[in-house]
Amino acid sequence: MGSRASSLLREEDIEEIKKETGFSHSQITRLYSRFHSLDKGENGALSREDFQRIPELAINPLGDRIINAFFPEGEDQVNFRGFMRTLAHFRPVEDNEKNKDLTSGEPLNSRTNKLHFAFQLYDLDRDDKISRDELLQVLRMMVGVNISDEQLGSIADRTIQEADTNGDMCISFSEFTKVLEKVDVEQKMSIRFLH
Amino acid sequence: MESYLFPFDSLICMLLGISFTVWFTLLLVFIIVPAIFGVSFGIRRLYMKSLIKLFEVSELMLSFVNHFDKIIEKNWFKLMSLEQEIQEMRRGSAEPEFDMSDIFYFCRRGVESIVDDEVTKRFTAEELESWNLLTRSNYNFHHISTRLTALWGMGVLIRYGFLLPLRVTLAFTGVGLLVVLTSIVGLFPNGRMKNYLSDKVHLMCYRICIRALTAIITYHDSENKPKNGGICVANHTSPIDVIILASDGCYAMVGQVHGGLMGVIQRAMVKACPHIWFERSEVKDRHLVAKRLSDHVADESKLPILIFPEGTCINNTSVMMFKKGSFEIGCTVYPVAIKYDPRFGDAFWNSSKFGMVNYLLHMMSSWAIVCSVWYLPPMSRMEGEDAVQFANRVKAAIARKGGLADLLWDGGLKRGKVKEVFKEEQQKLYSKVLVGSSEDRSRS
Repeated sequence: MGSRASSLLREEDIEEIKKETGFSHSQITRLYSRFHSLDKGENGALSREDFQRIPELAINPLGDRIINAFFPEGEDQVNFRGFMRTLAHFRPVEDNEKNKDLTSGEPLNSRTNKLHFAFQLYDLDRDDKISRDELLQVLRMMVGVNISDEQLGSIADRTIQEADTNGDMCISFSEFTKVLEKVDVEQKMSIRFLH
Repeated sequence: MESYLFPFDSLICMLLGISFTVWFTLLLVFIIVPAIFGVSFGIRRLYMKSLIKLFEVSELMLSFVNHFDKIIEKNWFKLMSLEQEIQEMRRGSAEPEFDMSDIFYFCRRGVESIVDDEVTKRFTAEELESWNLLTRSNYNFHHISTRLTALWGMGVLIRYGFLLPLRVTLAFTGVGLLVVLTSIVGLFPNGRMKNYLSDKVHLMCYRICIRALTAIITYHDSENKPKNGGICVANHTSPIDVIILASDGCYAMVGQVHGGLMGVIQRAMVKACPHIWFERSEVKDRHLVAKRLSDHVADESKLPILIFPEGTCINNTSVMMFKKGSFEIGCTVYPVAIKYDPRFGDAFWNSSKFGMVNYLLHMMSSWAIVCSVWYLPPMSRMEGEDAVQFANRVKAAIARKGGLADLLWDGGLKRGKVKEVFKEEQQKLYSKVLVGSSEDRSRS
């Protein structure tokens, strides 16, 4: 049993997270409860296994890529701050943005940052370019064994052809943004958090 | 020195003697005798009413109450399939092709499940909206006043100082009587007399155990009670489910042979009437299990079998996948829904966190165990329905009656990983969106 989750989260931490991510006080405490319930080892950090224990995530074809997005380069544990920072990308964009005065630049849930999150799901080696190989690998994850190599290859070629403007046979982040300029990214990459 | 203590000594002995006598007489008159005859003085219901008043008072004292219902809104009213959602994302274009924005669908669904999923929360105790003065259910309630703490302290005294010893005494009495009396009944020759005595003995001992937990049970629709030659299925929340059902009717139990005290109880019970106990090795053999169950069911003189098809304890907010074994036998199924009221004491056994002894201690130091039992009308397999469909139909009926969520997920996910085949299904669905079905596939 022991002490319950929220008593381990200090007020100062909540304030800092609020400033950084824009979540409200009650949202942060509720998400901390969730973080705590996922943390089976009770060591204040989540490992990849903790995420994989969620059945709905385990059956998601891109589950491993999404889990990877929570972990910074080369690390195996994510603490609550990191958890919240990643989740903040999925906050809906409100008209009166609370944290417009962030000195660190754009808020985490801006259109650009949402697009960047999706871009990183494709960019396996984190070199800011989506190569044909990387695109193929991600496509393979999404379709499993149901499509042949040739067909998948031609799909990848066509996609790169349509997006690539500077002829380097890779998709950069700006090219990615251009391709998706007509898509309602704010709505598709947002989760309605309740207060 | 001794001459001073001597009169006190005998005084203390006398007081102890008197209090023990009074204690046991009260126990006998108010608890054991009614249990034997199956009547009730209504003491427990009165107790429950006063507890409700107490909770109302404590709720007023709490400065604020947290509602832990939902973290996110998942658009249940607009539940679309994978294909529909992706097509909607592509501005309604139905062309089979790949779009870089397809990834948004998987991404959002994935992060939604990280924030709130339907399965992992079923394996921990349900969170209450308001505090019920038990430390174990105290989550996020700050600003506790001294009056509330005093109430809580009194509660601890009453529960641990008075209720717990009382309940433990009763539990020992109940279990002891069960073992002794069933062994005695076992000496009788098989026949109507033995069955009658066995029923009475089982019922009496289970009723004492009910009182040992201060369980307040409301049975609904008793006209649908399971009959001989059938199987009774119910949702599983704790080992106490067995006692709750068996104190209102006679069942043949199914289970693995245990060692220790459980083993002693099992061996005694089976002397009085035929229960089905499996050796550990036999449990893996599905045909053997099915054969023994159908043999038992075919014999009309034997009691209905009690089975919990989920296979593991779930926290009573949902019903998870029913294992199809019991539904293949082909006899009448009597579904039963059990719903506990968590305000008085949470009956859910989190077997990965607490052992059996710890769990029983929790149970016996809660306020009470309050639950409702609904006997649903009997169901049989219909023409053209296979065991899995039948199991799902029964599960849906139980979930509906008990007010529980009906989930397709396997309770085995408590300990094991989800099967790869479900991910492959998702991949197949997406492939169809990419290249269309084989009829309208266009060669690139």
